[in-house]
Amino acid sequence: MKMINLTINNIPVSVPEGTTILQAAKQIGIDIPSLCYLKDINCIGACRVCVVEIVGRRGLTASCTYPVEEGMKVLTNTPAVRASRKTTLELILSTHNRKCLSCERSGKCELQKLAADYGLDEDRFAVEEELVPIDYSTPYVVRDNNKCINCQRCIAACSKMQSVGAIGNIRRGYDVHVGSPFEMGLGSTACVGCGQCIVACPVGALSEVSNVDKVWAAISDPAKKVVFFTAPSIAATLGECFDMPVGTNVEGKMVTAIKMLGDVEAFNMNVTADLTIVEEANELINRVKSDKPLPMFTSCCPGWIKFCEHNYPELLPNLSTCKSPQQMFGALLKSYYCEKNGIDPKDLFVVSVIPCTAKKFEVERGEFHADVDVALTTRELAKMIKGASINFNELPDSEFGDPFAIATGAGAIFGATGGVMEAALRTANNLLGGNNEALVFTDVRGTTGIKEATYTINGTEVAVCVASGLANARKVIEMIKSGEKNYLFIEIMACPGGCINGGGQPYQFDAVRNFVDLKALRASVLYKSDDANGLRKSHESPVIKALYDEYFGAPGAEKAHHLLHTKYTARKKYN
Amino acid sequence: MKMTIERLNEIKAQYEPIVKARNLVGEYAEEMAQHSQYRKQILVCGGTGCTSSGCGKVVEALEAELKANNCDDVIVVKTGCFGYCALGPIVIVYPEGAFYSQATPEGAARIVKEHIVGGNVCKDLLFPETVQENGEVLPLGKIRFYKKQMRIALRNCGVISPFKIEEYIATDGYRALHKVLTSMSQDDVISTMLASGLRGRGGAGFPTGRKWAFAKASVGDVKYVCCNADEGDPGAFMDRSILEGDPHAIIEAMAIAAYTIGAKQGYVYVRAEYPIAVERLRIAINQAREMGLLGKNIFGTDFSFDLDIRLGAGAFVCGEETALMASIEGKRGEPRPRPPFPAVKGLFGVPTVLNNVETYANVAQIILKGADWFSSIGTEDTKGTKVFALGGKINNVGLVEVPMGTTLREIIEDIGGGIPNGKTFKAAQTGGPSGGCIPAEFIDTPIDFASLSKIGSMMGSGGLIVMDEDTCMVDIAKFYLEFTCEESCGKCSPCRIGTKRLLQLLEKLTDGKGEMEDLEKIEELSKHMQSSCLCALGQTASNPVVSTIKFFRDEYLAHIVDKTCPAHKCKKLTRYLIDPDKCVGCTLCARNCPVKAIKGEVKKPHVIDQDKCIKCGVCLGNCKKFKAIYTE
Amino acid sequence: MSNGNSIEFMGTPAQEAELKKVIAKYKEQPGGLMPALQEAQGIYGYLPYEVQKMLAEGLDVSMSEVYGVATFYAQFSLVPKGKYIISVCLGTACYVKGADRVLTAIEEKLGIKSGECTPDRKFSIEACRCVGACGLAPVMTVNGEVYGKVTPEQAVKVIESYMAKED
Repeated sequence: MKMINLTINNIPVSVPEGTTILQAAKQIGIDIPSLCYLKDINCIGACRVCVVEIVGRRGLTASCTYPVEEGMKVLTNTPAVRASRKTTLELILSTHNRKCLSCERSGKCELQKLAADYGLDEDRFAVEEELVPIDYSTPYVVRDNNKCINCQRCIAACSKMQSVGAIGNIRRGYDVHVGSPFEMGLGSTACVGCGQCIVACPVGALSEVSNVDKVWAAISDPAKKVVFFTAPSIAATLGECFDMPVGTNVEGKMVTAIKMLGDVEAFNMNVTADLTIVEEANELINRVKSDKPLPMFTSCCPGWIKFCEHNYPELLPNLSTCKSPQQMFGALLKSYYCEKNGIDPKDLFVVSVIPCTAKKFEVERGEFHADVDVALTTRELAKMIKGASINFNELPDSEFGDPFAIATGAGAIFGATGGVMEAALRTANNLLGGNNEALVFTDVRGTTGIKEATYTINGTEVAVCVASGLANARKVIEMIKSGEKNYLFIEIMACPGGCINGGGQPYQFDAVRNFVDLKALRASVLYKSDDANGLRKSHESPVIKALYDEYFGAPGAEKAHHLLHTKYTARKKYN
Repeated sequence: MKMTIERLNEIKAQYEPIVKARNLVGEYAEEMAQHSQYRKQILVCGGTGCTSSGCGKVVEALEAELKANNCDDVIVVKTGCFGYCALGPIVIVYPEGAFYSQATPEGAARIVKEHIVGGNVCKDLLFPETVQENGEVLPLGKIRFYKKQMRIALRNCGVISPFKIEEYIATDGYRALHKVLTSMSQDDVISTMLASGLRGRGGAGFPTGRKWAFAKASVGDVKYVCCNADEGDPGAFMDRSILEGDPHAIIEAMAIAAYTIGAKQGYVYVRAEYPIAVERLRIAINQAREMGLLGKNIFGTDFSFDLDIRLGAGAFVCGEETALMASIEGKRGEPRPRPPFPAVKGLFGVPTVLNNVETYANVAQIILKGADWFSSIGTEDTKGTKVFALGGKINNVGLVEVPMGTTLREIIEDIGGGIPNGKTFKAAQTGGPSGGCIPAEFIDTPIDFASLSKIGSMMGSGGLIVMDEDTCMVDIAKFYLEFTCEESCGKCSPCRIGTKRLLQLLEKLTDGKGEMEDLEKIEELSKHMQSSCLCALGQTASNPVVSTIKFFRDEYLAHIVDKTCPAHKCKKLTRYLIDPDKCVGCTLCARNCPVKAIKGEVKKPHVIDQDKCIKCGVCLGNCKKFKAIYTE
Repeated sequence: MSNGNSIEFMGTPAQEAELKKVIAKYKEQPGGLMPALQEAQGIYGYLPYEVQKMLAEGLDVSMSEVYGVATFYAQFSLVPKGKYIISVCLGTACYVKGADRVLTAIEEKLGIKSGECTPDRKFSIEACRCVGACGLAPVMTVNGEVYGKVTPEQAVKVIESYMAKED
């Protein structure tokens, strides 16, 4: 690779050709501030906060898009640069509804941080303007354009990363704003609820619809029995909300904290991940044997399900009929658990903690009869813990409550792209009479957007594909439709990297998102816990075995079919 | 059909006498006319200006009258813009070059009867300046408006029919393309362009040869050439006039550029607001295709090239090259950061050359007459000529082409005929919303890129708006900011928010609410936008503000400190007053005042209640007889 | 939420057939969205929800993109235009010669602002940039018919003459 030599603030730097100034500066410990830049998907040079001086070049240059040149002399901290950044930020502030104290993003807002760093005068260019209406049209995301700074990161996430295109730029000039066509509200679009727009947003213009108050109300209601269950990836990311390094496993503290919220029970959703695998692996083999539609697609991701319903209704027969682990858990709690403990299901208040905003939509789907009462994101759980004055970082570890405490490593890796596939392969391998030792399927691991592999299990060829990020999913589907590719089983997760990078996960500043491989670091927690688990295959879980023995009979049997499987609805893209 | 040089020569031989008989200054016209099949040719300007003034009806009247008089040896030719728009509709009769201004259908009938049939020029219908004291009639090329002009880009405008490719060929059209394809390498063309010193006429003045060289050097199987005809400056119309008057010149130049960089496809991006230009370009492209001058294997070489038109949809920012390309790609016209430059990664992500219409209009001439010829015209800094759209407070509104280095004074006083109504020249604005003003003290500045930027203005695309003492410079700055604010794409924050805040601050000034602190903010924001915006629109949006503050700071101070508008333009700062010595108490003003702000007894001086007055000016208009109402 | 357009869509099957032809023409063309929008507006006079939806589905682009482009360019209109489209040039030459007052007079006469349409759909007003008739400044046009060197009073008279016209 050709190396380019330049100086930044008179410090020599040598970086590969094609590196931007912003990236090069990082190497010498300079974090050039930016608001619109998101690596790979939003390199548009629009916010102008990252400007620098290049000696010999007129005016200032956006460092996020400018590639380094041999012999270039860059200055990142001149009076002109500082003045420009300050004025730009003050202009941005003048269009921003500065309700910082009550803002969801307070303390985690990139604009707020820069305002402090640059000593901004928030009144200098302030004008009085009428507020625009806030979009509350979905059960999962709130858009408050009064706080939007038009960085376009959400648009890039929605259109480039996800190929959904539910939002875009509207009008131009000072009137430009982000929204849905004809200002119809996100709820009327083909938005899938993935929440990638929320985590892309540098300020408080986007946030999840908060259910925290509902949960507090249930906890303080003596008539209610409240149970929490947490998705596999929550333990891998919750620590970030408490300033722990990315990639810290906080499962024990998390369980302790949940139990400290009140008289609540904490269960492990990895259990229904295991259950999903057993059902899904059996369904796959059943489909192969009985000539039902193939390839089969996974169905655990509600963002992907809604995407498929809007964009590829013809593929609905190819979706696994298995409910997602969240909905399996809800069904299990409102039936099996209630029966076992003599609880009236209407008195049981089920809270799922998920890394995901699409699951907030999922719990409201009519076919699930409100089995899960409320879905909380990782961020919302952190907020509850903070609101309860719990010193999370100092907590001792606890264990999940019975009967949903023990799960396999296969359930844990559900939270990362390829994890569902690998877990399914472990079980399918057994069902097909393959080598019993086969545990690790490295081809489907890693954060690459599209992965494929072919395994021969006891004479059967199993071609699989794993895609994360819906733009990648679209690519895979188009390849299948054109006949270019042919698979037996396909795992799709709406969020790039899977649930560990979900739309409900902790906010990270772009300075982290652009330089740290969040996906890989967070996923490493899951793979470590898989490694450390004595149980690696879902069907070998004692909890799962007990469930089938006591309750369901066999995978796909009548009761299992009734409680653990579902149907899909074709949806229009536009009304 | 395949085009060959022989066929080109044939067409030229056939049409040259006809076209040459239309000589602006009258030279050789009579002689050439003898070789022409037409005894007389009546040229009618069919540019947008004259079309608006009703040239269509004049053409109908001329044709009807010719038919009625069996004048088979006389033709009516609808041409592109003559440039003298203030006098439209314009009719010129060749070979004598008699110049009829503000023609009417009735006048047209007289022209045919008296001049064409009777042989007597209708002197009362001629543009007065062309009639000498001794009764002699001057051809229009000899009048003051044309005398100092030098027409390269506009050479065929108003001379040939834009509907006839043969007439273009008669003026050596497509000969440059033949020369390039048969005798010049790509590098030869580039070195010719470089040696000529031609710089882009769209505003920035980048050397055309260098642009082509970059695009040629970029590796790629697919490349594009584009023409920027999205003339956005609200006061410039030279690109439109060229397309309307000489569309083949652009087609030929684009083919030459395409050959030079290795492109096979071109796009002309034209404003949809220019229907006549689009129509003529469309006709011209079809004719060129039919003659084999566009399409496969042009002149029997292995060079193939075709051209499509894409219509703009009303966005000034699409004059910026990357925004223009985004627009051709069917997207929002938002500029993107450079690098990568279009020469490397342009339209649809491949190497692309984009030139402005006027730039292209020079290309074929440079190829035919040589780089030395072109570089001998103009100044050290800027070679060739520049077309200006002369407008505002000037007698001869229209389109003029002058050698670079011509002074502003020559343009305004000699060509433009000075300021109307005995007013005095205050400033000229060049470069439109991206430019600045040139105050009276710099009226002798020779016009080229360097001189204009030295005094804080810019060449721009060629709008030249003249202002007199009644023009308020704060108001003009505000006008341009209103424009750029509305036209900002909204992508980058300094432009999206900066233009708006700047406009709001200027509004404060013109509303009489300005404070000194606001002027400081205006200057700071202006500077900020120049250094920090993403594209040229934003970087130059504050130029009109900066240059008016630089030269007319006292006017800004008058608005802020004295709360007055010296030019009486800013309504909210104007006070309507009644001179008690002149007022006879006729009550006309009081009766017509829409807000009943005027009080007074009959036959006694009236008074305007300043608190009630909405400054509509109705009273002023009513008091013509006594002139008792004045403003301050 | 509704589709944001309160004016009823009155497209005909003939218009839809024409639009389908336009879509077929531009479907495979790179950058076809702009000309398709232009032609669609030519067919319907404006670009309502129903038309943009057909374009989005037909050209296989997201409606956000279609709407984003449609609202970016001044030429595109989301509301129908009046039977008589009054356009006042606010280019520099016209502005210097008082075109702003002409526009205000027309707005007051019709009781609508620039960019709006009278409730009876008879008139709509728009401000435009330079129609290229700077020699005739200030200029207004009614359905393309040019009125040059107009005063505010003359402009009102022109409007009145169109008001007097029967449908």
